[in-house]
Amino acid sequence: MDRKTPALKLCAALFTAAALCSPLAGMAQDKPIRIGLVTFLSGPAAGPFGVPAKIAAEAIVESLNAGKVPAPYATKGFGGIPIELAIIDEAGGATKQVAEFRNLVERQNVDFVIGYIGSGDCLAIAPVAEELKKLTVLFDCGTPRIFEDASYKYVFRTRSHATMDAVAGALYLLDGKSDMKNYAGINQNYAYGQDSWTDFTAVMTALRPKVEVTTSQMPKFGAGQYGPEISALLQTRSDVIHSSLWGGDLEAFMLQSMPRNLFADSQLILVAGEPYLHRLPGNIPDGTIIGARGPNGAYAQKSALKDWLIQVYKQKAEIEPNYPAYSVAMAFLGLKAAFEKAKAKSGGDTEAVIKALEFSTFDSPSGKVMMKLGKGHQAVTGTAYGATKTVNGQITLTNIKYYPIEQVQPPEGVKSLDWIKDGMKPGKW
Amino acid sequence: MGQFLAVVIDGLIYSSWLFIIAVGLTLIYGVMKILNIAHGSLYALGAFTSVTFTSAWFAHGYPVMGSYAMLALAAVVVGLVAGPVIERGLLRFLYGKDEVVLVLVTYALFLILEDLIKLVWGVDPLFVQGPKGETPYALLGNFTIGGLTYPTYNLLLVGVAVITAIVLTWVLARTRAGKLLVAVIHDRETAAAMGVDVGKTYFVTFTLGAMLAAVGGALTAPTVSVVTGMGAEVIVIAFAVVVIGGLGSLPGAALGALIVGLVRAASIHYRPELELFAVYFVMAVVLIVRPKGLFSAAEVRKI
Repeated sequence: MDRKTPALKLCAALFTAAALCSPLAGMAQDKPIRIGLVTFLSGPAAGPFGVPAKIAAEAIVESLNAGKVPAPYATKGFGGIPIELAIIDEAGGATKQVAEFRNLVERQNVDFVIGYIGSGDCLAIAPVAEELKKLTVLFDCGTPRIFEDASYKYVFRTRSHATMDAVAGALYLLDGKSDMKNYAGINQNYAYGQDSWTDFTAVMTALRPKVEVTTSQMPKFGAGQYGPEISALLQTRSDVIHSSLWGGDLEAFMLQSMPRNLFADSQLILVAGEPYLHRLPGNIPDGTIIGARGPNGAYAQKSALKDWLIQVYKQKAEIEPNYPAYSVAMAFLGLKAAFEKAKAKSGGDTEAVIKALEFSTFDSPSGKVMMKLGKGHQAVTGTAYGATKTVNGQITLTNIKYYPIEQVQPPEGVKSLDWIKDGMKPGKW
Repeated sequence: MGQFLAVVIDGLIYSSWLFIIAVGLTLIYGVMKILNIAHGSLYALGAFTSVTFTSAWFAHGYPVMGSYAMLALAAVVVGLVAGPVIERGLLRFLYGKDEVVLVLVTYALFLILEDLIKLVWGVDPLFVQGPKGETPYALLGNFTIGGLTYPTYNLLLVGVAVITAIVLTWVLARTRAGKLLVAVIHDRETAAAMGVDVGKTYFVTFTLGAMLAAVGGALTAPTVSVVTGMGAEVIVIAFAVVVIGGLGSLPGAALGALIVGLVRAASIHYRPELELFAVYFVMAVVLIVRPKGLFSAAEVRKI
C-alpha cells in the first residue's frame, strides 16, 4: 500500500491539473500566433545587434498586441489575433542553428520564424525552412547570395541585401574625395568581411579604374590586437581606409588606432559603423563616413512609424534604436501586412500569407519597402550615408545623402557582382 | 628598411602580449600537467574586473594616472580569489586522473565561467575609460620610430613581459621554492616521498598561473572593448604559443611567443592574405620537426 501512495498522489495531482487546464483548453480558438525570434543573445554580435533587435521585437509585439501602432498597422496583433514570441539565441554556428530551427518548428510549433543576423546562418536556414515548409523572414543578414544563387518559396528577407552598402559607400566617398588616388582596407577574414571588400573594390574599379589598392588587411574574426595591421596601414599613407569591421573588433581597432593618428591623413569609411556611435565618442574621428545598412536609425526620414519605434524602444532601453532594431521592425510589419491581407481573403493560412507577401509594398520606420527581388521574396529600399560630427561629446551624423533604389541595387535577374562590373546601369523599378 | 623595422617592433610588442597570456598556461601545465582551458576565462575575468575597478576609480574622480594601479589590483584580486577557489574547490579532487579528463574538466569550467561573466557583467561591451574618454592606453603618450607612431603603453607591455620572464627564471633557478618546484615538475611522486609538500606547490602554482592570466586580461582591457567571449579567442593563440615552445617550458613560451609574434607581423606587412595561415603553418612545421615543441624536456619513462 505504502509503495502506491506516491503514484496515487501523482494521479490526484494530474487530475487536478487537468481540471484546471480544461477551461484554458476551451480558449484554444483564440490561440495566439507564435513567432519564433532568432537573434544573438550571447557572443560578440549580441551587444550591438542581437540584443537591440530583441528589445525592439519585444517592444513591437507589446505595442502591436495593445493596438497602439500608427496606421496602417493599428489592428491589434496580427489581424486581431495576439502574437507571442519564442526567442532563441543565434550563437553557436550554422549547424546548431539548423537544429534549433527544427526544434522551433517541430516542438515549439511556431507559426512563423523571424530571425538571423549572421549571413552564414541565413544561408544554412533557408533550405531547411523550405524543407519544413515554414514561412521564415530573414530580418538582418546581408549576403546577396540567398536569392541570387537560389530561389525559395517559404523564405523572405524584408531588408535590402548588402550590395548597396558598397555601392552607396563608394558613391558618397567619391562625392567628397574625388581626387583620391588610393585606398586600403581592413576587413575580417570571413564571409561578410571578404564580401564587403570584394564588392567595394569592384565598385571602385568600375567607377575609378585608376585608383589603386595599397593593402588589404584581413585579420582573423575576433583577433582583438591590431598593432601590426595599424602599422601596415600607417605605412601605406592611403587616402582612404575602408572597413566593414563590427562588434568588439571594430571597437578594439578604433581604440588602438586613434592614439596612433592613423586617420590624420586617411579618410575612414565604416560600412557597418552605425550601431557604435553612442559607444565610441572620442574614438571615431570627425568626418568618418558611416553606413547603417539602409535608411535606418539617424538616416530614417521623419515619419509617424519612426517616432513610434523610437518611443516604444526607449521605454525598454535608454538609447535610441540602431539599425538592427529597424530591420526587425520591417520584418514584423511586412509580415503583419501580408497576414492581414491573406486573412481578409482566405483565413490566413501559410500559402495565402506567402502569396500576399510576394511583391508586396509596405511602410516601415525606415520608409517604403518593396518586395521586388528574388521573385518577390527579397526587399529593396534606397539607402543613405552620412559623416560623423562630434557635438557636445556625442557623435552625430551630418551631410546625409540619400540614394534611390535604381542607383544602388541590381535589377531582378542580375547578380550583384556582374551588375557592378558591368558599370551599375540603373534598372527599371 | 622602414618596413623591416616596423615588423620587428610590431612583432616584439605582439610577442610580449602573447608571452604574458601564455606563460601562466605553460607554468600550470609544467607543474600540474593540466592543460587549463579555463585560462581564457581567467584572462577575461581579469579584463572585466579591471573595468569594474577602474570605473569605480574614475567615478570617485581620483586622478586618472591611478587607473594603472587599479589594473594591477584587479589582476591580483582575480588571481588571489579565483585561483584558490578553483584549485581547492575543484582541481584537487581530480589530481592523478587522466590528463584528458582534466582538459574536459577545465573546459567545463571555462563554459561555466563564461556564463558567470555574462550573469555578472551582461553582454554589452565595456570600456576602461575615464569621464573624458581618457584610456590608460593613450594616457602615457606616444613615441615615434621609423615614422610610425606607437602608444608608450606598448613599452609597458614589453616591460611587464621581460620582468615576468626574468623573475620567473630567477625564482625557478635560484630560490629554494623554485628548486622544490622543479623537483615536482620532474617527478611528483619522488618529490613527495622526499617530503616536498606537493599539495602546497600545486596551490601556489595554480594561484600564480591564474594571476598571470588575469594580468594579461587587465593589461589588454584598455586596448579593446571588454566583451563576453574574449577568453575563447585568447586560449587558441596562447595554446599555439606554448605548443610551439614545448608545453610546460618557460623559455619555450618566450621563444614561441617571439616566433608567433614576428611571423604574424611579417606576414601582415608583406603578405597580409597569409596572416591566418602563417602562424599555424609555423606551428605545423615545428611539430613535424619536434613533435613535443622546441623546448620539450625529455620525459622520464615510468613503468
